[in-house]
Amino acid sequence: MSIEIQNISKQFGTFNALSDINLEIPSGELVALLGPSGSGKTTLLRIIAGLERADQGEIRFNGVDTSESHVRERKVGFVFQHYALFKHMTVFDNVAFGLTVRPRSTRPSKAEIREKVIKLLQLVQLEGMAQRYPAQLSGGQRQRIALARALAVEPQVLLLDEPFGALDAQVRAELRRWLRKLHDEIHVTSVFVTHDQEEALEVADRIVVMNKGKIEQAGTPDQVYDHPANPFVLNFLGNVNLFHGRLHQPGGEQHESGEHTVSYVRSHDLEIDRSQLDSTALKAEIKHIQKLGPSVRVTLAVAGSGEMVEAELTRDVFQVLGLQQGEAVFVRPRQVRVFVEDYQI
Amino acid sequence: MSVATKIGTTKKNGNHRSTEPAAIRWLLTAIALLFLGLFLLVPLAAVFSQAFEKGVAVYLAAINEADSWSSIRLTLITAAVAVPLNLVFGVIASWGIAKFSFPGKNLLITLIDLPFSVSPVISGLIYILIFGRQGWLGPFLEGHDIKIVFAVPGIILATVFVTFPFIARELIPLMEAQGRDEEEAAMVLGATGLQTFFRVTLPNIKWGIIYGVILCNARAMGEFGAVSVVSGHIRGMTNTLPLHVEILYNEYNYTAAFAVASLLAFLALITLVVKTVVEWKVRQQMAE
Repeated sequence: MSIEIQNISKQFGTFNALSDINLEIPSGELVALLGPSGSGKTTLLRIIAGLERADQGEIRFNGVDTSESHVRERKVGFVFQHYALFKHMTVFDNVAFGLTVRPRSTRPSKAEIREKVIKLLQLVQLEGMAQRYPAQLSGGQRQRIALARALAVEPQVLLLDEPFGALDAQVRAELRRWLRKLHDEIHVTSVFVTHDQEEALEVADRIVVMNKGKIEQAGTPDQVYDHPANPFVLNFLGNVNLFHGRLHQPGGEQHESGEHTVSYVRSHDLEIDRSQLDSTALKAEIKHIQKLGPSVRVTLAVAGSGEMVEAELTRDVFQVLGLQQGEAVFVRPRQVRVFVEDYQI
Repeated sequence: MSVATKIGTTKKNGNHRSTEPAAIRWLLTAIALLFLGLFLLVPLAAVFSQAFEKGVAVYLAAINEADSWSSIRLTLITAAVAVPLNLVFGVIASWGIAKFSFPGKNLLITLIDLPFSVSPVISGLIYILIFGRQGWLGPFLEGHDIKIVFAVPGIILATVFVTFPFIARELIPLMEAQGRDEEEAAMVLGATGLQTFFRVTLPNIKWGIIYGVILCNARAMGEFGAVSVVSGHIRGMTNTLPLHVEILYNEYNYTAAFAVASLLAFLALITLVVKTVVEWKVRQQMAE
């Protein structure tokens, strides 16, 4: 089922949560709403679900306006950040809930419900847990049950609110991959909210970057990462260095950073070398070296301007170079971006 | 031994560094026990010893008397009406306050606490002022020959007023702590309002309700001030247990007074036992 979001605005008191949001989500797509806290992404998700009401604008499911339909009529599945499992019911009853509250006329028989629940538990790989209570499950298991419960009513849209936010890193990574696989099998139109750019890049078909109640950019992970529309998107999806002053782009172009232009270079786009390989390289002194597992972050001060920049190197490149704190080296940007508008990060 | 005690303390002292020296602990415990004994145990013992002073036969005779039975009956009826009423009101009010935001919410919370801050005598007077002969509805009630004050309905109303906060005050923090997530989840899954309430909200507040009902019942049966103003003290008709105790005492019938009072004391002890069992069950549930 496709979702059309038209001119949605929402205010909480004097706070503008959403300002004129327009977005189209074709059927079967897995979309990530990515942004910092307060960007409005959860508010937008809840408006789609019907848990909040927009002040202005419309949401259409398959072209049909949903403003008059109540939450329970919208046939959406919602997965909450803190699972919201019914704590006094067994796992089985939790997953079956959506089916058992149906009016008598549309309610499946007990046997049918049982079959469905068991199939869903198998899908989330938790068949043995049917008689346990949520308190007896781990975080990752609870989230999978929450997902099974949402899928039990065969929703046309699946909405997930920071589904892996409350889990530890290892479990989060596993569930991320698992969600992607699930979507590849089931193809339900899905929208999930996250502030983790890695998660969005890994899981989503399309990423919608939001900030302060507006959409900054919407596109595929490649589009958003390699061709950011503005400095905010560039900075949110990776670490970025700002250069004030003249920068030579590889390929001969020269960028002069004046009052209205700032040059941006991603941390991993800065090469470090002991010799000046060409005119694009800048002299700099290594101020600090921070090892971060598989990568190494090197903080340098550019000679002359004194600007602090960060370069990210892989472990093996760093080991080959054998850099030391205090060394004078050259940094060379592999790719430079310039945004002409006066934009603050 | 926990890791925390190894930091900065010698093994010899173990945990003792973080508590008061033994002397202070014993002193504070002794003061608490003395207080408890003086204000709780001694009066309780006095009630029972005075009640049985003239022997078991006199004790039973005092309780078996017609007026005693009618006061017991009235107390039970009052509690049987007031507690369920307050249960319904309390649950509805708590549900509204905890799960919704609406203008005037804080005012409602303050109003719920009102009976606690008002003297019980005033609580009774309120009903006289509204339903009494010179009250607002006085002429209307007289015209239709409806008796509220100085009759059973008045007693029930006054008791409902005085015991109203117990259940609500127990449930509001409980429901607020539980939040709205489960209810929202239920609604998204297609449950109606009533289904959500009975299948999701109610089971979660089960123990809060039981606890609130126990407290509400104890107060409903033991209320004196408000009921005293409203009842008219008509022996055999509008006397609850506490009022009957007062009447007997004022007639210098001490043994009978203490005998009837011992019934209330029994009620208090039973309430305490049930309360302890419920608390124990709640703690068990929390530990799961």
